Amino acid sequence: MSSGIGASVKRKEDKRFTTGKGKYTDDVRNDNQAYAAFVRSPHAHARVKGIDTSAAMAMDGVIDVLNGQQLTGDGIGNIICGWAITSKDGSPMNMGAWSALATEKVRYVGDAVAVVIAETQALARIAAEAVDVDYEELPVAASVLTSMKDGAPQIHENAPGNQIYDWELGDEAAADAGLASATHITSLDLTNNRLSPNPMEPRSAVAKYDDAEDHYTLYTTSQNPHVARLVLSAFYNVAPEHKLRVIAPDVGGGFGAKIYIYPEEITCLWASMKTNRSVKWTSDRSEAFITDAHGRDHVTSAKMGFDDAGKIVGFKVDTIANIGAYMSLFSSSVPTYLYAPLLSGQYNIQNIHCNVRTYYTNTVPVDAYRGAGRPEATYLVERMMETAAREMGMDPAELRRRNFIQEFPHQTPVLMQYDAGDFPKILEMAQETADVAGFPARRAEAEARGKLRGIGYSTFIEACGLAPSKAAGSLGAGVGLWESAEVRVNPVGSIEILTGSHSHGQGHETTFAQVVADRFGVPIENVQIVHGDTDKVQFGMGTYGSRSGPVGMSAVAKALDKVEAKVRKIAAHALEASEDDIVIEGGEVKVAGTDKSMAWHEVGLAAYIAHNLPEGMEPGLKESAFFDPVNFSFPSGAFICEVEVDPDTGTTEIVQFTSADDFGTIINPMIVEGQVHGGVTQGIGQALLEQVVYDEDGQLLNGSYMDYTMPRAADVPSFHVQHHETPSPNNPLGVKGCGEAGAIGSPPAVINAITDAIGTNDLAMPATPQAVWRAIQAGAKSVAAE
Amino acid sequence: MYPTKYHKPASIADAVAALNGGDEAMLLSGGQTLLATMKQHLAAPSDLVDIRGIAGLSGISANGNELTIGATTTHAEVAGNVDVRRLCPALADLASGIGDTAVRNMGTIGGSIANNDPAADYPAGLLALNATIVTNTREISADDFFEGLFATALDEGEIITAVRVPAPSKAAYAKFAQPASLFALVGVFVADSGSGVRVAVTGAGEDGVFRHAGLEAALTGSMGDASIDAVDISDGNLISDIHGASDYRAHLISVMAKRAVLSL
Repeated sequence: MSSGIGASVKRKEDKRFTTGKGKYTDDVRNDNQAYAAFVRSPHAHARVKGIDTSAAMAMDGVIDVLNGQQLTGDGIGNIICGWAITSKDGSPMNMGAWSALATEKVRYVGDAVAVVIAETQALARIAAEAVDVDYEELPVAASVLTSMKDGAPQIHENAPGNQIYDWELGDEAAADAGLASATHITSLDLTNNRLSPNPMEPRSAVAKYDDAEDHYTLYTTSQNPHVARLVLSAFYNVAPEHKLRVIAPDVGGGFGAKIYIYPEEITCLWASMKTNRSVKWTSDRSEAFITDAHGRDHVTSAKMGFDDAGKIVGFKVDTIANIGAYMSLFSSSVPTYLYAPLLSGQYNIQNIHCNVRTYYTNTVPVDAYRGAGRPEATYLVERMMETAAREMGMDPAELRRRNFIQEFPHQTPVLMQYDAGDFPKILEMAQETADVAGFPARRAEAEARGKLRGIGYSTFIEACGLAPSKAAGSLGAGVGLWESAEVRVNPVGSIEILTGSHSHGQGHETTFAQVVADRFGVPIENVQIVHGDTDKVQFGMGTYGSRSGPVGMSAVAKALDKVEAKVRKIAAHALEASEDDIVIEGGEVKVAGTDKSMAWHEVGLAAYIAHNLPEGMEPGLKESAFFDPVNFSFPSGAFICEVEVDPDTGTTEIVQFTSADDFGTIINPMIVEGQVHGGVTQGIGQALLEQVVYDEDGQLLNGSYMDYTMPRAADVPSFHVQHHETPSPNNPLGVKGCGEAGAIGSPPAVINAITDAIGTNDLAMPATPQAVWRAIQAGAKSVAAE
Repeated sequence: MYPTKYHKPASIADAVAALNGGDEAMLLSGGQTLLATMKQHLAAPSDLVDIRGIAGLSGISANGNELTIGATTTHAEVAGNVDVRRLCPALADLASGIGDTAVRNMGTIGGSIANNDPAADYPAGLLALNATIVTNTREISADDFFEGLFATALDEGEIITAVRVPAPSKAAYAKFAQPASLFALVGVFVADSGSGVRVAVTGAGEDGVFRHAGLEAALTGSMGDASIDAVDISDGNLISDIHGASDYRAHLISVMAKRAVLSL
């Protein structure tokens, strides 16, 4: 049990990570290594009239300078969005062409127009500056509110008015009728601030073309190397799948930004063939700010209606989402199917309608970022609940309780069927730990010190492990959303797990091994996780949307079932017992009620020696499985945040943060707690500190850590994290996924606490000191003490 | 970064020779601004003249009521030095709040004031403390030294060797940090020399660090936070950027001035 499910086992991978011995993409150095540097547009919108590469080509050590005309001339395809959304009038979404290297137009600052391949990285960058691009500047739409206006600059020819789609979910007439019957209606206009994902390891790609074999190898910072190979082959025509190996070695964080296939990987592969050199590109932080897909960026107006008893009777939402200059791989799904189906929250709401319009802008493409759509939905629902409670003079916890779903399964009017949960319980746990009863005394004590203290809630639901594939397909997904696993028991009894999930920091090498250890009683040291290499793992969908637990581990569990069945047969045969009497525990395979047993490794050996197997059984002990869940999993949580605001400066200090999460079965509590800490910290970053800012010309104003504020340790309190487990009935382990909950649930808790402290409902994220000070000046609350 | 030629002279004379020998030579002290700028291709010195190896440029000494701080003395050294703590604890406090630990272990006082970033901390301290900047050719009062955004009175080839700081009777620095960079969004240094009060503001001025005549007059009249309420802090000539508009900065000057006074 010590290393099985539920044990806080220390992470196996941390020895190499904490001693500097992790091997990342940029650590790959091939014999004939050359380096790529991209020539990027300094303009947000311009026509490319010419590219003069002569000065760069003349530099010693420059191997080649390649452009978009050559790329498309070689048949490299446009970058695609893999989820087709249909507008409410039945028309398909308007996807504009995105070439890895721009040909006629550039559409955001950072759009690549050419690439320099040189002997050193430093030289490549200097030569890239020597490439002279003749631009004709065009008018710019740097925000969604600009690009949706009549007469706005046209960014893609096939998207009139820059609109990509006008989509809806739910029953508008029912929502209107619900609102008409309401005795109280709360209205909110909110923005969900645009964020830059900032994984610690910047993106990198090392491509190597083998002309003798006509074969390509790509090392890349990917959360999903098989998806990368599929898309590179099927859509970008770089190479057929069997001639392309994609390896994602250690990956240092992703938060979604490393799901997508970017221009740089495509270009490096193609350039490797063109130059017959291995080509490496590694982003620096400045480049990451202008090329990694950003997140969020919604503008929403919404109304929620209540009856006399405080029950929600209607909810109507109108959202405008910024997609950026091009449609990134999953960009279309984030403000639609990852957003609107979450608008029911933890509440029994019969009438919901959501309209979403998306637009191009002259900014970096926007795609999924930790939570992806669900934070946007949660922020809206939870600010709505808190605001409504204040307007109706009710306790915000009580208003939530009155509306909680209490029976499962529960079908919402926005697609989702919730499987399990206990919302009153987790709220009660959070309230008790946060000592809500003692809050008035703490507020009075703070006021005596001249501080404004506030408390805010967020009781939220999320949906992990997007599924099943058939349903996703019917909603427009271009891929299935299952996962694969292969379990190889070696002749000596050690076990290799090949999984299509891929860790970018989550600790899969530990948690996946714990699932195996739990099943067979073998030490986790004897279990090796193999992932991140398309030559080793047959196929997989990768890691995002908190899916590695509910989907990836479930595939492992399914393959383990098959291994276990064969082990039983082998042991029953060798021990002359019935299969039903075989018990596997503590590294032994025993016959129940007897002293007959085989050691685990003896079964492995028996399978491979094959001297004494049941009649007709194939030798070996290796099984694989594909797991396609029947439904999403639905983690839920209750967060309570307490803040103190300094009215003189507007500074907010988070003095207490309490979480009670239901992640279903927990494999490793220590790792789960770490995920909550990280997620909540990112949510605090969104609530207080982070926002990508463009000026009217589409220039990024805070593209470095000197101006873009990431949360630091001192910005967060010591968290109170607790769990309540209601296992998911829809996967074999009962797990629900925990990677995103913190980032999804925390922003509204923080803002609700600040608005409680200063006495307003009008405050936008990020709640910087200046923003809070202005809200106070606007008359939010008279300041008691100086 | 672009190729550059690195020099590590052992004397001021050699440093001057190296500076004059390059087309676009620059001095390197702590490198906390210059190296980052070079990596971004925003600076391209032909030669880098690293003065950290020159004997006598680093270290702190006290002579009666005056501190002498060598140009290549790091922020961490100033923050932890017993003589600075004894004679001018406000300056040690200021140094302890610059950037982060790595910056404080590399960055130097000479490098900071030669760069004269409009949001740097040291310019406010040295200006309020009426310090003297000593170079290889002359001595310059802080009032004359800080000329504007990234501009100082230093001539071509002139090298700061030390800073002399007279101990105030009391002084304090209050800083409201720009949250990303941890530079000052507004920093106010109040120094009472015994014969008058000087108040310097950093982070806020469109022309860099400046003395605030209104605050100086009010606090010379009566040293107390109540005096500050009566002072009109105009937002004219104050910076407006994504981190704070000029009216917010003006308000913070008042708040930080009060906090400095209350901690005197």
